[in-house]
Amino acid sequence: MNEMMNAMDTNAGAAVDNGVNVAALVEARTALDAAPEAAQFKWRATCEWMNGTHSRSTISGFFGLGEEQSREKSFMVDADHPMQFAAEDNAPTPVEIVLSGLASCLTAGVAAVAQHRGIQLRSVKATLEGDMDLQGILGIDDEVRNGFGAIRVHFDVDADASEDDIKALVAQSQKRSAVFDIVTNPTNVFVSVN
Amino acid sequence: MRYATTVIIGAGQSGLAMSRHLADRSIDHVLIERGEVANAWRKERWDSLRLLTPNWQSRLPGYAYDGDDPNGYMNMPEVVRFLQTYAQRIDAPIHDNTNVKSVRPTERGYFVATDRGEWQCDRLVLATGACNVATVPAIAEGLPNTIRSITPMQYRNPDALPAGGVMIVGASATGVQLAKEIQASGRQVTLSVGEHVRVPRLYRGRDIKWWMDVTGVMDQRYTAVDDINRARRVPSLQLVGTPERITLDLNALVQDGVDVVGRMQGLRDGVAQFSGALANQCALADLKMNRLLDGIDAWASHNGVDAEVGAPERFEPTRVDVNSTLSMHLADRNIRTIIWATGYRPDYSWLHAPVLDRKGRIRHNGGVVDMPGNPGSLYVMGLPFMRRRKSSFIDGAGDDAHELAEHLAASLRSAAA
Repeated sequence: MNEMMNAMDTNAGAAVDNGVNVAALVEARTALDAAPEAAQFKWRATCEWMNGTHSRSTISGFFGLGEEQSREKSFMVDADHPMQFAAEDNAPTPVEIVLSGLASCLTAGVAAVAQHRGIQLRSVKATLEGDMDLQGILGIDDEVRNGFGAIRVHFDVDADASEDDIKALVAQSQKRSAVFDIVTNPTNVFVSVN
Repeated sequence: MRYATTVIIGAGQSGLAMSRHLADRSIDHVLIERGEVANAWRKERWDSLRLLTPNWQSRLPGYAYDGDDPNGYMNMPEVVRFLQTYAQRIDAPIHDNTNVKSVRPTERGYFVATDRGEWQCDRLVLATGACNVATVPAIAEGLPNTIRSITPMQYRNPDALPAGGVMIVGASATGVQLAKEIQASGRQVTLSVGEHVRVPRLYRGRDIKWWMDVTGVMDQRYTAVDDINRARRVPSLQLVGTPERITLDLNALVQDGVDVVGRMQGLRDGVAQFSGALANQCALADLKMNRLLDGIDAWASHNGVDAEVGAPERFEPTRVDVNSTLSMHLADRNIRTIIWATGYRPDYSWLHAPVLDRKGRIRHNGGVVDMPGNPGSLYVMGLPFMRRRKSSFIDGAGDDAHELAEHLAASLRSAAA
């Protein structure tokens, strides 16, 4: 009863394993609360034009915990446009990658929150759809925005929990999601050229 | 310079409850009050405000509401009378109309400078409350100067506002109450909603505050929650005290014609931008409310009170406009006033002691302030979830004062030993 007003109930049982090391995350949270400067991260990507609308991003190092961090390998993310855009369809479009980023962020959040709350997941599947009116990016109508008019995310979650507990997982995941924040709120973007 | 073993700054419910407990322990003390008893209730609240807690819950050590309307909610003059009567009954040693200018630690205690003389004390109790200053987000700087910008500290009633639309930022108790009465005055209200806590005024025929009291939620201790910092930041419940005991949630406001938009995230060139996360904020609030109601139902059935109260019920989910406005040109929409109902914070600008954290919050363990070099010399009261969930309520002052007075008395004994 005393727990019922708490935003996050923790009843993590030893039997629950969603592959998320919650103990490490909780430890990191405590450490970063004490040393906020270490919480200042910078994420990076570089992108090179290949040909046409095809480009390739390389993602590797980042800054965090007070110093440059390197990875053992670099990741490549290609983007292109489909045939219907008179392109070669070498890779998904950038906006589809945005949807993928949102889905991945929310899904990772569902797993982490479930682990923290002691809920065993069996399967999680997110299905996303974004509405776009091409009159925006094609410059046909100035009143139409370039980006998504709306995004719909549907989660199918199979877990050892009540329907409301599962809904709460998904809601809490949105509350703590970086990409959800990025797509729902404005961000200053500074672009420079050499 | 005058001396008292203990100086209490502030003569509201916290200071008075502490005074009573110190008197019970024969600890000599004074209360320094910038105005009169219950000053903030007198001068810093809007006209229509009533307590969010029912009258029966206005309880202080050795004193309680004894009128004929236990389920009603006191208006501000009634609150002032209630506290004034208590101050008289306990014969609290109040120095009123005395402004504290600065507080500095000394070798054995504190030096308190006021506009009516100086005090030296061994123990100091800060009972100045949690709501001295209205907080305004940084984005407010982008507001065009053609739009009047106020906080709830300055708001009194709708008639004092310019004609035209009103933007209210924040949908906790203050924001929803102001939205209702300003909309009713004929001004179109737009309410910007972020994280909020939805509850019904009445549940199964009883006040939600009754349920939270009997189930022990209000008595939950600060050591019993796994993230007390987060628990202390939980916004106030969406509640209003009215004779009709109405529920004031977003659905009720939409019914009244209020436009609901997401959390204000940007304000530039006269255009306000709102978060697209409104649906999730509402979903979180609905889920959280239902968890509370589930807990109440479980308690009622476990304790065999089902027959004495109404049947369990669930409320309509918050109706969210899936196409809620994401940006708004304020002048074009005839917004003439913006009210920042974005929370309050204590003011410690006069406290020259190394006890604040990097965000300006006082460092304390259940009200015992972490005073370097002189532990057990400084106490704070009335902060949200300070020792218990009810710490910032009138009903919470008594238990906190009791325990902190015990602590203070023990620290005096050990200093004397």
